[in-house]
Amino acid sequence: MYRYDAIDQTLVDERVAQFRDQTRRFLAGELSDDEFKHLRLRNGLYLQRHAPMLRVAIPYGLLSSKQLRMLGSIARRYDRGYGHMTTRQNIQFNWPKLDQVPDILADLATVEMHAIQTSGNCIRNVTSDHLAGVTPNEIEDPRPWCEIIRQWSTFHPEFSYLPRKFKIAVTGAPQDRAASMVHDVGVHIVRGPDGEPGFEIIAGGGLGRTPIIGQVVRKFLPREHLLSYLEAVLRIYNLEGRRDNLTKARIKILVRSLGIDEFRRRVEAEWARIKDSALRLEDTEIERVRKFFTPPAYESLLDSDPAQDRSTAFRAWYRYNTQQHKVSGYRVVYISLKKPGVAPGDLTDSQMELLADLADRYSFGEIRVTHTQNLLFADVKQTAAFELWQALDRAGLATPNIGTLTDMICCPGLDFCSLANAGSIDVANLINERFDDYDYLYDLGELEIKMSGCMNACGHHHIGHIGILGVDKSGEEWYQITIGGSAGTDAALGTVIGPSVAKHEVADTIARLLAVYVERRRPEERFLDTVRRIGVKPFKESVYAAPVAA
Amino acid sequence: MPRRLLRDHEVAIDTWRYLDEPDDSFDSLDSGNADEASRGALIVPFERWLAERDSWLAQPRRLGVLLGPAHTIDVLAADLPQLSLIAVQFPSPAEGRGYSQGRELRERWNFTGELRAVGSVRQDQLFFLARCGFNAFELPEGELEAARAAFTTFSSGYQISNDAGLAGTLRHR
Repeated sequence: MYRYDAIDQTLVDERVAQFRDQTRRFLAGELSDDEFKHLRLRNGLYLQRHAPMLRVAIPYGLLSSKQLRMLGSIARRYDRGYGHMTTRQNIQFNWPKLDQVPDILADLATVEMHAIQTSGNCIRNVTSDHLAGVTPNEIEDPRPWCEIIRQWSTFHPEFSYLPRKFKIAVTGAPQDRAASMVHDVGVHIVRGPDGEPGFEIIAGGGLGRTPIIGQVVRKFLPREHLLSYLEAVLRIYNLEGRRDNLTKARIKILVRSLGIDEFRRRVEAEWARIKDSALRLEDTEIERVRKFFTPPAYESLLDSDPAQDRSTAFRAWYRYNTQQHKVSGYRVVYISLKKPGVAPGDLTDSQMELLADLADRYSFGEIRVTHTQNLLFADVKQTAAFELWQALDRAGLATPNIGTLTDMICCPGLDFCSLANAGSIDVANLINERFDDYDYLYDLGELEIKMSGCMNACGHHHIGHIGILGVDKSGEEWYQITIGGSAGTDAALGTVIGPSVAKHEVADTIARLLAVYVERRRPEERFLDTVRRIGVKPFKESVYAAPVAA
Repeated sequence: MPRRLLRDHEVAIDTWRYLDEPDDSFDSLDSGNADEASRGALIVPFERWLAERDSWLAQPRRLGVLLGPAHTIDVLAADLPQLSLIAVQFPSPAEGRGYSQGRELRERWNFTGELRAVGSVRQDQLFFLARCGFNAFELPEGELEAARAAFTTFSSGYQISNDAGLAGTLRHR
């Protein structure tokens, strides 16, 4: 993984000093609430329902064991012993004290981490495919490009006060595992006319109040122009994006109002002026960054089946929580953070430390964070899978549910977030209680439930196969259900099935949707595909046919 | 009391007057040793400039234009060689268009005059503003001295810069 050089380290250290001084000035009354807001938000610091919330960047989801150990230590020393993994490969701490935040940032800087631009109207943490570098059909590893974008976007002098936040996701394989079509900009590594890798540039996607799937701005961009093209997109957005209305300020609204053709024309005109400036990437720099992402020292091994002759529990875990690796004898292992009874995406300080140790022992000391709020060991020997499973199981980290109904994406909701209209975590609990039969979950197959506590859609409800949106109805928590959304290569927005339902009806509503699916599905057909084939109507009729059980 | 600002990293007395400011507040300067050339230096709002361009240019004094966030620079491009100053407005701490306007003035139109940030400008924005090409800053009076340190908040940057004090680019490590 990327290692800081003296320049990277100095910048992060200087940021800590800057924020320490800004916090001091705020506490001394030299900065107003509003002035401080714009500064603290650039360091991932929100003032929330109970306490400040600090969001720490995990650039493109990659962590070393040393970094994860530090996150565990921070959770214990400054928080209440846990952290929350988000849908954008960040970790959030819910209980830090404002005057201690500079110390937390200083501790993070010692392990090459920071909270720079994890909130605020600036270019956010760049996210990527959690299977980067290990998935069999990848065109090219996206991580060097993520790092190049990370550096270019860090403290970008021109784009630090954008109309609204700006999120970039990069993929390197034909499958989209980074929800790139609902990002402000999606960068897809694709092959050009002569087979050489370059980029397809997508813009204008987003969720929130106005969900929109991104559109192609450029089908093929030669690789040396990546930064100049992004700079052109950002400049057009910075100058022309709306600033008069917060809910219309994202780039998706600009792209929609100009139309993709006019937006493209403006970007291309700007790009033509700057493409051969100092932004042009030289091969030496691309190679310098790429060298940090060379494959680890894999042993020469044959594929084996570690599940053979093992317990049912291990076999289920191996089937659902591990995945094919491009190198024979190795396996990708998911660590589910979706244990029933635990808030989705949460893990404790001691779990972080244990996982750091296990990563050292079993996966070259690296851990990845997925946008589905789980963790990943990318390079586990198949022969070590059983041992690893035993250790994970003892720590409550082997829930065999990856890709199934209970592997839900869920925002912190009303319990923590000051924006939320309704609870998410308690609804996740109700769903877990209702669907506790693994045979049934496995029979249902691949199913993505995504839940947000408000319109801001941090839980990506629009692109869930089943989406759940918390709404406030005269002070009560109600939930609007959508079906047919997808975050993948075939990205689509879900359709609302009808009037929202009360909290105690959510699990039964889902049960009714699934009953229709089980009845109507074709062999091997996913829930999503059945919805696409037969439409929303049969599902809707079933849900609203008679009152659901009280 | 005459306005003070930060110009080229130094605290300086402002010798420019905005069109809507009374002339007499600058009379005190005239009795001092402000040089003749700058005595009548005047900053004209963008719309007034466009409407009355020729009559302003006929006046024998240094001229500047006050640019709002929504104003486009293209229409001003032809006049830039005759302008000594562009003041860019930041109506709120969240306003960010001025950063692009600054770079456009310096990099696309090669504007070499004074580029001034006015409005909701605090020391925390100075580092970025300077990198975008600004060299003058109207700050709260009490912040002027402390703000001089803001130019060295960071000792380097990942982007190309218009601030002569910093390396042009880091992509040649």
